[in-house]
Amino acid sequence: MGQILAITAQNLKSIPGRLGTSLVAVIGVAGVVAVLVAVLSMARGFENTLESGTSPDNVIVLRSGSSSELDSGFQGDQARIISQAPQLTMVSPEVYVIVDLEKKSSDTQANVPMRGVGADAASIRNEFRILEGRMFESGRKELMAGRGAANQFAGLEVGNTLEFGTERWDVVGIFESGGGSAESELWTDSATLQGAYRRGNSFSVVYGRLEAPALFTEFKDSLTSDPQLSVRVERESEYFAEQSRALSTFVSVVGYGIAVLMALGALFGALNTMYTAVSDRSREIATLRALGFTPVAIVASVMAEAMLLALAGGIIGAGIAWLLFNGFTVSTLNFSSFSQVVFAFAVTPGLLVQGIAIALVIGLVGGLAPAVRAARMPIVAALRE
Amino acid sequence: MGGMFHLVRKNLGRKKLRTLFTLLSVIIAFVLFALLGGLNRAFTAGVELAGADRLITTHKVSFIQLMPISYVARVEGIDGVRAATHYTWFGGYFQDPKQQFGLFPTNLEKLSDIYPEYEMPPDQRERLMQTRTGLMVGQAMADLYGWEVGDQVPIFSSIYPKLDGSFAWEFEIAAIFTGTGNTADEMQAFMHYDYFNEARQFGQDLIGWIVTRIEDPELADPVSDAIDARFANSPTETKTSTEAGFAAGFAAQFGNIGLIVQMILACVFFTLLLISGNTMAQAVRERTGELAVLKTIGFSDTRVTGMVLAESLLVAVVGGVIGLLLGALFVQGAASALAQFFPGLAMSTGTLAWGLVLAVALGLVTGAWPAWRAARLSVIDAMGRR
Repeated sequence: MGQILAITAQNLKSIPGRLGTSLVAVIGVAGVVAVLVAVLSMARGFENTLESGTSPDNVIVLRSGSSSELDSGFQGDQARIISQAPQLTMVSPEVYVIVDLEKKSSDTQANVPMRGVGADAASIRNEFRILEGRMFESGRKELMAGRGAANQFAGLEVGNTLEFGTERWDVVGIFESGGGSAESELWTDSATLQGAYRRGNSFSVVYGRLEAPALFTEFKDSLTSDPQLSVRVERESEYFAEQSRALSTFVSVVGYGIAVLMALGALFGALNTMYTAVSDRSREIATLRALGFTPVAIVASVMAEAMLLALAGGIIGAGIAWLLFNGFTVSTLNFSSFSQVVFAFAVTPGLLVQGIAIALVIGLVGGLAPAVRAARMPIVAALRE
Repeated sequence: MGGMFHLVRKNLGRKKLRTLFTLLSVIIAFVLFALLGGLNRAFTAGVELAGADRLITTHKVSFIQLMPISYVARVEGIDGVRAATHYTWFGGYFQDPKQQFGLFPTNLEKLSDIYPEYEMPPDQRERLMQTRTGLMVGQAMADLYGWEVGDQVPIFSSIYPKLDGSFAWEFEIAAIFTGTGNTADEMQAFMHYDYFNEARQFGQDLIGWIVTRIEDPELADPVSDAIDARFANSPTETKTSTEAGFAAGFAAQFGNIGLIVQMILACVFFTLLLISGNTMAQAVRERTGELAVLKTIGFSDTRVTGMVLAESLLVAVVGGVIGLLLGALFVQGAASALAQFFPGLAMSTGTLAWGLVLAVALGLVTGAWPAWRAARLSVIDAMGRR
C-alpha cells in the first residue's frame, strides 16, 4: 500500500510535464459526461413536466380510438353521462383546441393549446394557483395563460388583448399548476370556447376527481360497458406518462447513442494518454521495479492516475451540464398531442451520478491495458532505453 | 517520392496501437458527423421537398381549424393561380394507433397538377380514378407495410367515424407512387375526398387546408396576399404562405430541440477532433530527433514538411472516409427503422462532401504545427535535445 501511494504521488507530480495529453484526456471525458447529462436532462425534464401536477385520484375520459385530447370528442349528452358517474366528486368537461401564437425565441408561429374548462377544473388540478391577475369570467372572451406559456409565447401579459382570427380575447391572469403541462396552456370558460370555435355543445375530454383512487376500475368498467358511450378511460398520471413516452424515448435513445459513440472516442484518447504516460516513464518504472517495487504497485499507480484524470473530467463535464442546462426552459412540439409543451431541463442527482460513473468506466478501461504493459515491461530492456 | 511514402507508412506502423486508436477516434468523429447531417436533413425535409411555386393556405387561427370546401374554387379564380387542391388531416393509422401517418383525403384528379413529381404507372392511375375506395400510397410506405396494388386494407381514423359509427375505413391499394428521391414524400397516402366526405359522420364539406400551384414563383407574395384578402373579414379568415415557409414554420415548432441536438453533436465532433488531433501532433513531436537526422542526411525542408503533413493527412482522410461510410450505413439503417417518425432521415451527398472537406482540413490543421516546426527545426538544437 505504501508503495502504491508513493508511486502514485510521483506519477501525479509528473502530470504537469505531460499537461497537453493529460488535459486532452480530461476534456474528452468531460465532453462525454456533459453531453450525456445534458441530453438525458432534456428527456427527464420533459417527463417531469408531463407527469408533475397529476394526481392518482384524477381520471381523464377520451373518445375511444383517439390518440390525444386534440382528436378526441363527445357530444354534450355523452359528456353529461360521464359527468354523472357516481364515483366522481368533481368533474370538468373540457374543450381542447390549438391557436397560433408567436414563439418569443424564434418569432415563428407555434401550436399553443387552448382549453375551455368547466367550473371544477382548477380544483381538480390540486396545485393550481393564480400568480397574477384573476380568473376569467364565464361568458366573456377572457383567458388565463399558464406560467410556461406566458414565458415562451408573445402577447400573454395580463391586460393585453389577443386576436385569434376575428375574435378578440383579453388576457386576465397567469396561473401555475405544479409544474405540469397545463402551464403550457391557455384557459378559458368551456362555453365561451365552444361558441368561439363553433363547437356546438361538444367537448373534447372529461376530467374528473375520484372519491378514492381505488374506485378507478369500477369507474372505468361502468363507462366502458355503457352502450351509449365509446370511451377510453385513463388515470391522469398514466395518460400523461404515455403522452411523454414518444419524445422522451427518442431523446434518450439519441442521447445514449451519442454518448456511447463519444465514450469510445474518449476511451481511445484516454488509452493514448496513458500509453504515452507509461512509455515516457519506462526507464523510471524499470528503475522502480529494480529497486523492488512490485508489479501490483505499478499497475495500481497507473490505474489510479487514469481514474483520477477521468474523475476530474467527469466532475467538470457534469458541472458544465448542470451550470448550462439545469432549469433551461424551452418549448417543443409534442408529437403525441400535436401541441407545444413548455418544459425545463432537469439535471437530477441521479443523472450526475450516472455521468461520473461513465467517466470512471472510461478511466478504468483506458488505464488497465497501459498499466499491465507497464508492469510487464522487461526491466533490463527498459533500463537500457 | 516512393521513399517518402515508405517512411510515412513505417512511421505510422511504429506504434500500431496509437495509430489504431487515433484512427478509431477519427472514424467515430465522422460517424457522428454523418449522423448530424442525417438528422439535420430530417428536420428540414419539408423545406427541401417544397416547390417554389406552391402555396399553402390554412385557417388563420390554427391549421387544425377546418375551412369550407367552396374556398378551393374561389382560390382558383384568383389571378396567377394555376391550380388548387385541398388536404384534410385524417389521423390515419394501420394496426398501431401510436403510428399515425399522413393520409390525406384530396381531389386525386388535381393532385398531379399540383405535385407533378408524384409518378405512377398509367394503368394504376386509371385504377385509382375508377376505384372509390382507391388509395394512392407512396413507395416507401407501401414497402414499410408490405402493401401491393390490389390489396384490401383497413385503415383507422383517429378522428372521423363513418356513418355507421365505425372508425375503420376500407381501402384498396390502387396505385403506388414514387416521389423525388427523398423518402419523406413517399411516406404519405391519398384517398378520394368524395369517399371521405360522403362516408364520414361529421364535418361535411369542410377541408383542412388548400395547396395552390401558381404560374410564376416570383408572384408568390402578391398571390398569397390576394388569397388572404379574398377571405378577409369572413368568419373563416386565412393565412397563406409558400410551401417552404410553411414547412420551415412547422420545423420551427420543434424549436430548440433540433437546434440543441445539433449543437451537441457539433460539440461532440470537435471534442473528438481535439483528441485525435492532439495524438497525431504528439506522434510527430516525439520524433524531433529523427527528423533532425533526416535533415542532416540531406532531406530538404519541403520534403520533411511534406512527410509530416502526409502522415496526418493519411490518418485523417482514411479515418474520415471510413467514418462517413459507416455513418451513411447507420443512417440508412436508422432511416428504415425510424421511417414512421422521421421520414426524411437520409444521407445527402452534400453532407458527405462536407465531411471529406473537414477530414482534409483536420489532417492539415493537426499536421501544420508539427510540420512547420519540422521545417524550422535547427539540426543542432534537435540533436542536442536528445
